[in-house]
Amino acid sequence: MRDVAVIGIGCTPFGEHWGTSFRDLFIQAGALALEDAGLSGEQIDAMYVGNMSAGRFIDQEHIGALIADYSGMATRHIPSTRVEAACASGGLSFRQAVIAVASGMEDVVVAAGVEKMTDVGTGTSVDTLAGAADREWEGFVGATFPGLYAMIATDYMHRYPLTREQLAQVAVKNHFNGARNPIAQFRQEITVETVLRSSLVADPLRLFDCSPITDGAAAVVVAPLERAREFTDRFVKVRASAQASDTISLHDRADISRLDATVAAGRWALKDAGLSHSDIDLVEVHDCFTIAEICAIEDLGFCRKGDAGRLTEEGVTALDGDLPVNTSGGLKACGHPVGATGIKQICEVVQQLRGEAGKRQVPDAVIGMTHNVGGTGATVAVHILEAI
Amino acid sequence: MSVARFWRKIPQRYNLIGTRCETCGTYFFPPRTFCPECRREGRIVDYRFPGKGKVVTHTVIRSASEQFEHLTPYVLAIIQLDEGPRFTAQVVAKPGEIEVGTRVRPVFRRIAADGESGVIHYGTKFVPVR
Ligand SMILES: [Zn+2]
Repeated sequence: MRDVAVIGIGCTPFGEHWGTSFRDLFIQAGALALEDAGLSGEQIDAMYVGNMSAGRFIDQEHIGALIADYSGMATRHIPSTRVEAACASGGLSFRQAVIAVASGMEDVVVAAGVEKMTDVGTGTSVDTLAGAADREWEGFVGATFPGLYAMIATDYMHRYPLTREQLAQVAVKNHFNGARNPIAQFRQEITVETVLRSSLVADPLRLFDCSPITDGAAAVVVAPLERAREFTDRFVKVRASAQASDTISLHDRADISRLDATVAAGRWALKDAGLSHSDIDLVEVHDCFTIAEICAIEDLGFCRKGDAGRLTEEGVTALDGDLPVNTSGGLKACGHPVGATGIKQICEVVQQLRGEAGKRQVPDAVIGMTHNVGGTGATVAVHILEAI
Repeated sequence: MSVARFWRKIPQRYNLIGTRCETCGTYFFPPRTFCPECRREGRIVDYRFPGKGKVVTHTVIRSASEQFEHLTPYVLAIIQLDEGPRFTAQVVAKPGEIEVGTRVRPVFRRIAADGESGVIHYGTKFVPVR
């Protein structure tokens, strides 16, 4: 297997882009990534596109072909493949590109993610997102996606000493970071009171515990590490790529409050990279809800189960803490265009490792991790990147 | 949900008919036709659950998809049947009326109305046992 490098990144602003179509979002991100890598389109050998549900959001399937066509790749006939794993579609798209390059099958590969969510009403988007869980046995009885994470929160708060205020502090911290990220959907700081005064969505989760509905696209270019210097001197090495599965339904998990796919993917990634937790300088975790960030920090092994709320309160996960978590603002403040999120996480970590994260730069960041979850934990992708 | 898709699972939804693996003794609800433990060695038979169980975790859904919006706020829970399996169901109770560990029993109720086809979907909900 060959070592793989990320040689270019590009991300559209995240938000409600009523004036921009699905394909135009993708093209913006792809062009930014190619420009960043100093590449022209003729040098691309293959493309992967993470997308959860263009079929429901814009009535469009066959996304690989559409994207290849509108990015000018159809006339060159290079392979273009859609990757779907609900909210982990982006993370898996990146992993497929890494595998393609590592195996020697391809050399220069684009991994992208895109989601256009605001062309449908809230009811339809809530129902579409519920398809990330088990439609037959969760969605059918009225389980919404926030509702499932709310049941994780209820179970967690029953068993561990997590306060409602500590949960709110996850959102406060991520909004603080988002305020320093030019592409973030929400760029204003909030307080604990903002969260606690927002309306209940699914008890105990309130509106400000939830990531928003977002349009956006992100793209990165990967290439063999040995060739990276041909294109750029601002490349980042992929140290590990891990993916794990678990039951599609929350109710079938061995432990409602623990995402065993996160536990597995996190362990495998660290083992493959030959690293320990103390080597990780920052991590982008999948905070689709505040409780999800609490679980992620623990299930990735950064602290014992039950401690993440206290660590958040103490500022350990803040921008200037020992383990900065979600410097981008996370899904909560940066926004969550589901198929694009996993790629945006890679973009954020690459920016940090290149020292280009501006007001949210983590000093001397060398090794970063990304954690991308599909559904309530049925699919998890974990990646580790290192500055060279 | 299409009529056929709903109709296919009527015994399971109306009467809590799940399955049991005779090889390892594990009960399944929602039903499985393939035992993840015994794999091809598993012998799967139907099993009708009496439906006695307890609340494992719960929430109150206050913002739902269109099909369920008229029911909000409604209580949703993960129920563990006494035989072991866990599944998701609505609980006919007021917000705050149930907690982790509350004993429940099944009731036959309307679950949702399909706006397009006009078909009313029935199924099993739970009520707290006093
Ligand atoms: Zn068995």
